Parts: sequence; structure tokens; C-alpha cells
Amino acid sequence: MNETGAQTGAPRAAEASGASAAEEPLLKVTGLVKHFPINKGLLRRQSGAVKAVDGIDFDVRRGETLGIVGESGCGKSTMGRLITRLLEPSSGKVEFEGKDITHLGVAGMRPLRRDVQMIFQDPYGSLNPRHTVGTIVGAPFKLQKVTPEGGVKAEVQRLLSLVGLNPEHYNRYPHEFSGGQRQRIGIARALALKPKLVVADEPVSALDVSIQAQVVNLLDDLQEELGLTYVIIAHDLSVIRHVSDRIAVMYLGKIVELADRKSLYEAPMHPYTTALMSAVPVPDPRRRGAKSGRILLKGDVPSPISPPSGCRFHTRCWKATELCTTQEPPLVALKTGHQVACHHPENAPDQAPGDKALPGAAEAVETPTL
Amino acid sequence: MTDNPSTSGGPVFVPEQAGPGSRVPATSFLSVRDLQVHFPTDDGLVKSVDGLSFDLERGKTLGIVGESGSGKSVTSLAIMGLHRTGQSRSRPHISGEVVLDGEDLVRADADHVRTLRGRKMAMVFQDPLSAMHPYYSVGKQIVEAYRTHNDVDKKTARTRAVEMLDRVGIPEPHRRVDSYPHEFSGGMRQRAMIAMALVNNPELLIADEPTTALDVTVQAQILDLIRDLQKEFGSAVIMITHDLGVVAEMADDILVMYGGRCVERGTAEKVFYEPRHPYTWGLLGSMPRIDRDQTERLIPVKGSPPSLINIPSGCAFNPRCPYADVPKGGITRTQRPELTQDDSRHWSACHMSQEERTRIWTEEIAPKL
Repeated sequence: MNETGAQTGAPRAAEASGASAAEEPLLKVTGLVKHFPINKGLLRRQSGAVKAVDGIDFDVRRGETLGIVGESGCGKSTMGRLITRLLEPSSGKVEFEGKDITHLGVAGMRPLRRDVQMIFQDPYGSLNPRHTVGTIVGAPFKLQKVTPEGGVKAEVQRLLSLVGLNPEHYNRYPHEFSGGQRQRIGIARALALKPKLVVADEPVSALDVSIQAQVVNLLDDLQEELGLTYVIIAHDLSVIRHVSDRIAVMYLGKIVELADRKSLYEAPMHPYTTALMSAVPVPDPRRRGAKSGRILLKGDVPSPISPPSGCRFHTRCWKATELCTTQEPPLVALKTGHQVACHHPENAPDQAPGDKALPGAAEAVETPTL
Repeated sequence: MTDNPSTSGGPVFVPEQAGPGSRVPATSFLSVRDLQVHFPTDDGLVKSVDGLSFDLERGKTLGIVGESGSGKSVTSLAIMGLHRTGQSRSRPHISGEVVLDGEDLVRADADHVRTLRGRKMAMVFQDPLSAMHPYYSVGKQIVEAYRTHNDVDKKTARTRAVEMLDRVGIPEPHRRVDSYPHEFSGGMRQRAMIAMALVNNPELLIADEPTTALDVTVQAQILDLIRDLQKEFGSAVIMITHDLGVVAEMADDILVMYGGRCVERGTAEKVFYEPRHPYTWGLLGSMPRIDRDQTERLIPVKGSPPSLINIPSGCAFNPRCPYADVPKGGITRTQRPELTQDDSRHWSACHMSQEERTRIWTEEIAPKL
């Protein structure tokens, strides 16, 4: 997003892939799992589980923006709630600045809430309609029993002007603001305690395109000014390309590809990423005819209650082989700063050459001729 | 058509007899002229649509883009005649003309419009879960739409419903025809609604944000489906969306709405490559691009959309326009710019001269996008 982030991205990636990373990541996630039990019958016996997040590993480095993309139901929002510990993981480990926060209780998390904050998707649902903007943005100080320099009111007014709102609107209620302004209030609240990590779950998807651009620019400026680290969760691949330094692509509770922005968008390796990107309509009428390379996935994402065996994408993948149905591909770095979980990646050497293609795999997609 | 009621004393509008020079060019399949939809509220008159005109031919797609509250959806409801429902005190005042295949729908009798709705013109809504009835199976709802306009028995209608579900790509349509809307995924529900809208082969299909609630992969499937069906049936399509990517992919013509009025209209090519209105520039600059690695900042439109109760006098975009201070040869801010034709099939409403706008676009805006 910012110039420094983009420039330092490559050397950092090189470090991480080396044996010992010199710089400790801000957030480290290993083997993170969240299963929501499904209880049925009179005795509420557990009959199954929604495997929302099913074993993911990644790091968030200081000062970067990590983008998380995927379709609805891929577990990206659950993942956001796990790393901010609004949900407790079923297993795995979440470390923040080297400290294990996986199973900390409410009291144990409280000091950390200053450092990890969240911006929510719905600017209508995430602000209490009965509280004034001053109370909403000042709430973190009250909860953390912090008195900022110059008093809470002065600090709240400073925050309001920081996010581009009129500080005199301190006593107004959320309903008096438009959607974009409310999202700014949510951002001001998240920044009140000078957090180190901000997790934003679909921060702009409820906003109109012109307002969306204002909020994207605001997040960009604040990162530069305050040295923030962002994890931005979104389904819009264009927004993610614009804001992120690195991007993780999720499918059915797994990270299928994790790479630097440039590498991911210019040479995606996982077939799912390729399909996802080719599905985005390009705002250019002259490119309409040139869609021969477009991959159209058929059907819907399988249920996360009983995900497919082996590679979870094999039921919709045109490159699927017999190996894919039985063995789950690990997330490995095939290039500096580019990890992918696929037996037969695009733009990289085949990991399991000579394997027999699944019958009917080629029909999994349609390449429309226009 | 002959049951077209006339307002007392006014001229009876009989399209067959409309001679040359009549208000409606006989060639346009759908012609909207100076459409106004105003809602009376306690706070004042909300001018959702305030003088909108456009034409649409059979087999063509018109994309309407604009921010929330710009009047896109109200326009589509007014064309469909769906603004008539509701309590009389909140019923909107509507004026202007909506001529579909030679019939003025604004002045037509509500019962007559009902016979056209679903047969001649149909609509696909944004949220299929609230647009479909949760108590009835999907099949039953499609059967109802079919039997309303066709005198057939239930069995034939059911066969037709299965055929339509199959046509829109629902797997196992024989079994799925008895499913309820909640048993379908979002994409399948949207397909089922398209099946319902197309069951009578409508000549005009209005799709109001048909893919906004869907994931990109499903969106691509639905857009392809609409395109295929349009090719097959030769329908005219109005695609309402805020996603410029979707209009670039689907639309032949694009109409940009702002504050209830059209600010720019033209072919997709013209609107994307030679946009003539500062608001269109703003939309193009606000949009993050999937096809470019752009580390530059976005160029948003400053401020917020106008209140439709107090639309700024003069150009509605004036308070947000970065070029509001460019001298315009004695034209004052309170004068409203008319939609004028710049060149063939390209209209825009701006006080700046066309040369000035071409210069700003090519020198100042386009290089930054």
C-alpha cells in the first residue's frame, strides 16, 4: 500500500524463508483450527462440526498489510475473529509479539486489547445507536482505564479530526452520519488506544465506490502516519490488490496460496486463485472480447461440514488428478515469497508429474467463447 | 392497448396512429422521457428521479450506474409500475413517459400494467431471499408466474418450471423444483429468480444489482447466464449496478445517474474512454483496478451524495465538483446544465465547454488512472 511497504516486501520475504528470521513477526499463527459443533436431538449430542478454519499457518510482519481473500464461507471472517481472540481457537496457536494468546481468558486478553483492534464491516451494526460519537470513540479509554494527555474529550476530538470528521460532532448520534462517516467513526474507535495491529473485516464493502476510495485512502494515510500493521479481510480482489503488501487466498478453511502482491496477481500458482481472478469483471469495455483465458468454475463451494478429501478444491479443479483426491497438498514456498498448496500449480513446476488425471476434471470448468 | 386511459381532456395516446414528429420515435423499444418520481415525506418532497430520459432497443443492454440514492432502483420500479403499491399518502408523484413497445406505462391502468408485468417485462432483484416467498417451493412460485399469463394446466406449467430451472443451470431440476428458497445457496436462488423472471420470455428484463450479494465466481456464472439468455431470446436488458466492472462487461450503453438525473450517457466505449462529466471521472478514479498494479492513491470524489430533498440548485454535483470554479462564460451556479448531445450517441450535462472537458480528461485525469 505505501511505498516503504512495497519496497521492503522482498527482502523481508527472503528473510522469512531463511532458516532464522531475524525479525520476529508481530503475529504468528500456527495450525489454527476452529470447528463449530453442530448439536442435534434431544440430548444435544454433537453430530458434526462446521470446519470453518481448518489448520492455517501464517505470519504478520510489522508495518505490512496482509490481505485475506476468499469467497463467502471460506472462513476468512472466523480467522479474523480468532486472531483478535473474539473467538477461542479449537486448536493451534496464536502468538502476538512472541506471547501465546491462544487460550487467554477475558481478563488475560484485556491488556492486549490495546494492541489489537478490529474494524467491522457493517457501519450500522457496529455502533451503538444510543451512544453519542464521543462516548463511542471514548469507550476504549474508559474500558482500559487510560487517561490520555489533555483528557478524553480532547483526545476523542483529535481522533475525529484524524479520520476526517468534524470534531464538533462529538455529541451527535450515529444515525446522523452517512455510511462512510460511520465507518470513519469505527476507525477512530479502533485507533484510540494506538494499537499495533488492526484487523479490518470487509472495511469498505458496504460503501459506495466513491466513498470506498475515501476510506481506502484514509487507511493508507493512517498506516503511514501511525506505523500500523493491517490484516484486511475482503472479498473484493481489486480492493485487496490496491491495499495489500502480501495476500493470503483462502478456500474452505485453508490457505491455498500466500504470496507478495505482485507475484500473486501477475503469476498466480493455485488454480483456484487463477479462477477467482479471471472471474472479476475488468472495468474496460475493450477487453470484453478478449476473454478467451477466462475460467468459469461450475457449481458452488462444497459444505465446510464435510469438506472433500485430499485437496479441497479437487471437486471443482480442471487439473485434478487421483493424487489430489487422497493427499492434501502442503503449503510450500515454490518461489521466494510465494507459497502455494497445490500438486499441480500454474506458473511453476508440477509437484506430482505423471499422475493420472481424474476423469471429467476437464469439464469442471467452462471457458466461454465470446 | 386500446384500453389506454387518458387523463380527462388530454390527448389520447394511440401509438399506432402516431405520425411522424410525434413524441415517440417508433424505432425505440423502450423510451423513457422526462421521468420524474417524487415521494412526499414529512421532511419534504424526495425527488428520487428528476427528469430522466433514455432509449433502449431490443437485444441491447443498458447499464445504469450511480451511488446509492441516485435513483437507479426507483427508475426500475417506476418502469415496472411497482411504485403504485403502498399507502396512498406515501405514494409517489410520477410524471413523464415510459413507452414500452408503443404503450405509455405511466398513464396506463394498473390492471393493464399487471398483465404486462411478468410477461412483457420482468425483473430480477438484488436479494433473492427477500424477493421470493419463503412459504412456497421454488417450483410453485415459477408455476404461478407461468400460469398467471398462460392458460395451461398445472402439469404443463410444472414441466415448464423444471425446464427453466434446467436452463439456468440448477442441478437435478426434477428434485430441486420442490425445494424451498432457504434450501438453495445464494447463487442458486439468484438463478431460480432469473428462471422465474424469464419463464414467459419477457422482452424487457430489468436486473437490479443482480450479482451484488454474490461471490465473484458465482457472479461470473450469473452474468454469463444473463448474456446467453439475452442472446437466445433477444430481450432488452437494463442492468442496474454500482460496479463499473460489471457494466463494462455487459452493457452496450451506459447511463450515469447522479442526484436523480442523468449526468452522462453514451456507448460503453465512450463513457470509459472519453468520459465527459466530472462525476464519471470521479467514479473511474475511485475504482481500484484488478488489472493493474497501482500503488498510487485512489482519486475519490470528495464529500457525500446530495440529499434528495434539497438537491443543490444548478448542477447537483456542484458542491463535490473539483472543477466548480472553472469559469464557464457567465453561467451562474444556480443554472442547471442540460443534457446535451456532444457527438453521436454521447450526452453529458456540464457547464464546462466540451473542449475544456476533453482537455481536462486527456491531460489531467486519464494519465493518473
